[in-house]
Amino acid sequence: MTAREEIMRRLRAVRPIPPVTVPRGYDRGPIAAGPAPTGPAADGNAPATTTSGGTDASGTDASAPELIELLVDRLVDYRATVTHCDPAGLARALAGLLDDVPAVAVPPGLPGGWLSAYPGTVRRDGAPRPLTVTDLDEPGLAVVTGCAVAVAETGTLILDTGTDQGRRLLTLVPDHHICVVRTDQVVDRVPEALRRLADPTRPVTLVSGPSATSDIELNRVEGVHGPRRLDVLIVAG
Amino acid sequence: MTGTGNIVARQPFPQAAKVRLADPQLRSNLRRATHTIRDKRLRVVGELPDWEALRVSGAAIKDDVLARLPDLLDQFEAAATAAGATVHWARDAEEACAVVTRLVRQTGTDEVVKIKSMATQEIGLNEALEAAGIAAVETDLAELIVQLADDQPSHILVPAIHYNRRQIRDIFAERMPGVDVSALTDEPAALAEAARRHLRAKFLSARVAISGANFAIAETGTLVVVESEGNGRMCLTLPETLISVVGIEKLLPTFGDLEVFLQLLPRSSTGERMNPYTSMWTGVSDGDGPQQMHIVLVDNGRTETRADPVGRQALRCIRCSACLNVCPVYERVGGHAYGSVYPGPIGAILSPQMTGPDAGANRTLPYASTLCGACFEACPVRIDIPEVLVHLRQRGVDAHRGRPSAERTAMGAMSWVMRDRRRYAAALRAARRGAAPLRLGGRRDHVRHLPWPLSGWTGTRDAPLPAAQTFREWWAGRGRG
Repeated sequence: MTAREEIMRRLRAVRPIPPVTVPRGYDRGPIAAGPAPTGPAADGNAPATTTSGGTDASGTDASAPELIELLVDRLVDYRATVTHCDPAGLARALAGLLDDVPAVAVPPGLPGGWLSAYPGTVRRDGAPRPLTVTDLDEPGLAVVTGCAVAVAETGTLILDTGTDQGRRLLTLVPDHHICVVRTDQVVDRVPEALRRLADPTRPVTLVSGPSATSDIELNRVEGVHGPRRLDVLIVAG
Repeated sequence: MTGTGNIVARQPFPQAAKVRLADPQLRSNLRRATHTIRDKRLRVVGELPDWEALRVSGAAIKDDVLARLPDLLDQFEAAATAAGATVHWARDAEEACAVVTRLVRQTGTDEVVKIKSMATQEIGLNEALEAAGIAAVETDLAELIVQLADDQPSHILVPAIHYNRRQIRDIFAERMPGVDVSALTDEPAALAEAARRHLRAKFLSARVAISGANFAIAETGTLVVVESEGNGRMCLTLPETLISVVGIEKLLPTFGDLEVFLQLLPRSSTGERMNPYTSMWTGVSDGDGPQQMHIVLVDNGRTETRADPVGRQALRCIRCSACLNVCPVYERVGGHAYGSVYPGPIGAILSPQMTGPDAGANRTLPYASTLCGACFEACPVRIDIPEVLVHLRQRGVDAHRGRPSAERTAMGAMSWVMRDRRRYAAALRAARRGAAPLRLGGRRDHVRHLPWPLSGWTGTRDAPLPAAQTFREWWAGRGRG
């Protein structure tokens, strides 16, 4: 008998366990009546042509100032740096954040205009070739991405490898990550955020502050293995 | 099919606990750490008005998983396979280690990087790989400390909780290859930097990584790893091959169910609103992350545990370790006293069930508790640990009914005395007379050792001396003085 057969036989040999109804009394956000996201999309691994987090998924006024204020409070609590701008000032604001940075890595679909005011070197992943780990490990390199959705209550940025976020290693190896968040991408809590993901079978990374450890006498230390610096640029929708 | 591996205590809990109780440094490290985490936890849990509803849902989702486990495992295997992963099954620790060792060998490498994982500790994977000539490098800072010290983890979440910064500095200075001893202070930031340098080269060159999983989604075949340092992301992203060792109870039915557990887990374990990094991946993705993906589904005593209608709730556990941090017994003896990789209240009910009825020293674990109930209050999936402890004690007593024991002899004598009022009064007088000399020369109000059969009681606790005067005597004499 194979291990699989034996484990299954043992599981099925137990007297049937009565079915369980799961109560959902917690706060599921504005479209609580809708089903949770189910089923992988047909082309599970293909990057979407647009970033996820469409405006159709939610009935909230996502740019509510209290929501943004909460997000900023949480991000700062996790020792991320937060900057604000409006869409017209985005390029200038990014250039300001990249003041002392000689080169940036960017995902293939990062809007071209974002770095129009930045004088340094831009290494775009995939053009002319995919960036390697060695490229990304270059000292002083920063990475600029967008995000799929942000959770105010927990100070979390969700990356789902959309074209303005790119592959997972882009935001992992460089020591400095700058993430651009539009206010219409901000939701209140986790349930709403997960429902906004276009396809849960794409690699998904949740980022809450810079890398941190508390293993030594529970003292929080930033920057163990992931990026030591996280800048969040919030763009008024 | 009982469980094997690092879930078996080598000595009975009372003996192991006694050794630890004699270590004041350990007690002081533990006290500071557990109180810090428990205060943080209370603060962030208090922020969520629907915390109790989340707990109720979390418990029900896990119960639903246990009820439908065979079907959900089928579904998970099909979804993960369709996404490009290869699924393997293992009955116990030895088989799981053999599967992983074979998979590593097939890649031709002799060094793997590891994400902290309870499942791989449970099956003793590092030891098995070492025996096969494969070096397993722990990349979690605390696990690295424990590995360099050639020690065992003592806490589910903070494995090096029993060391303070000075001790960690000494371990690094002595054992970390290539460390710059002159620059190494005992500042946490300096120690973390030393670990970063030490591991960076390993991450960038590793070809094989081994992980566990916090959750496995039946609907999509997705695995989820929750972490802080980014070492997890490194292991899950950079190597060509990823091998994930997953207990069969880790399933959740749908991706949407994560909305409950991603709120319950970080708040309960580290007392954070959210941990710095959570990774989710489904099979392999073109050009992103490992291109070979293996999942090893492990039983190791879980089917046995699931068969018990009262005890099966232990399998709801999401390894947050909140129960450890609130437990008065854990706070004083630390994780090593429990013998198993699962210490504290959850370990006291999980380890003996996984190892089955002939569990040796694990049979003492259900007694490693005051039954105060703090663990149940803290548990994010509402495991009624005291209920299971009492259930397992009952099971232990039933299994040994009819055999003489110190406890039974003492209780028998007590019962004979207490059945008769005059015998009881005489016994109290005798006890006071007998205790009187013990009080001389000090203000002692307890005694450490009693003769057999009462030694069964004082072997693990101090016994109070009887009061110098009974209530009846005081009542009779009141107003006369």
